[in-house]
Amino acid sequence: MTDPAAVETLSTTPELPILLIDVALLSMMGMVAVAIARLRSLFAIVMLSGIYSLFSATWFVVVDAVDVAFTEAAVGAGISTAVLLGAMLLTARTAKADKPLKRLAPLLVCVTTGALLLYATIDLPGFGDPNSPANAYLAQEYLTRNYPDIGIPNVVTSILASYRGFDTYGEVGVVFIAGVAVALLLGFGERSLAASLEKKNRGGR
Amino acid sequence: MNPDHHVILRVTAKFLIPVITLYAFYVQFHGEYSPGGGFQAGVIFAVGIILYALIFGVVDTLKLVPPIFARYLALFGFLLYGGVGVWAMMNGGNFLDYDFVADGGPGSNLGQLVGIIIIELGVLFGVAGSMLTIFYAFAGRAPEIDDEDW
Repeated sequence: MTDPAAVETLSTTPELPILLIDVALLSMMGMVAVAIARLRSLFAIVMLSGIYSLFSATWFVVVDAVDVAFTEAAVGAGISTAVLLGAMLLTARTAKADKPLKRLAPLLVCVTTGALLLYATIDLPGFGDPNSPANAYLAQEYLTRNYPDIGIPNVVTSILASYRGFDTYGEVGVVFIAGVAVALLLGFGERSLAASLEKKNRGGR
Repeated sequence: MNPDHHVILRVTAKFLIPVITLYAFYVQFHGEYSPGGGFQAGVIFAVGIILYALIFGVVDTLKLVPPIFARYLALFGFLLYGGVGVWAMMNGGNFLDYDFVADGGPGSNLGQLVGIIIIELGVLFGVAGSMLTIFYAFAGRAPEIDDEDW
């Protein structure tokens, strides 16, 4: 990382094939997002949001964030689609169409936020720039200290499990609390299942 | 559900579910070298069981993995993670300081390795149990998917 020539090549814009993949992936994500916003069938929306997650996981692979991509594919495309399907079964199958005027305010909020985010990207360092603050100090420190300290090759695992062990413990706690909260709100499995089976036997739905 | 109706789905799922479960354990125990770890492994493991529930019905799944088992699995995972921290404290270190979990002599990383493996198991149990609990809370209310909903 000390060779200035290597630094120069790393911070340039990506090559043409990668650029084409970027454009294709991002435009497909945009199309899926527009389709989700326009659809009213909840089943199609759930499926499309799974596809959106899969696209963004692919996009994370393209920008070399494999761990994030893996999590997005497992959580976004896998479990949240399944849970949303389960939630959909509890409600109506189609969303009510809203009035065109009512869509104006959300559109305005989205456009403003998007414009602000685009404006903020001007100040960001180049993609993969080794001299950016995120890569220059702490990341280098972790990369050099990791193997002597922990002794496992995957830096992401050792940061998450050991250096940031408190954070990960908190995350497991959050997931656990989420599970308990949903179970308390909707009822525990056996009891609610017994209730719905009884309802079914009586002929209702 | 009509027994002959989703035969392709059932045959495919029967083949896929063991592969998904095995993959979850691969992700868990290979997290040292490749992307992944307890969180992803727990989610993938839960997805395997949820797929079973979607195809074969929730009633059969409740026999396979009872909700009380899922709840206690989540609690056990959370406590296992915390237990490693307390164990490190009892050995004279700080909370979650894995160097004190096991003593492999000077210059050894044994404590870190043992600590990380146990807390990743805690994450696996915690996440898989919580995800299954959430799924049961939703799915327990509509035990079978009607044919017109597919």
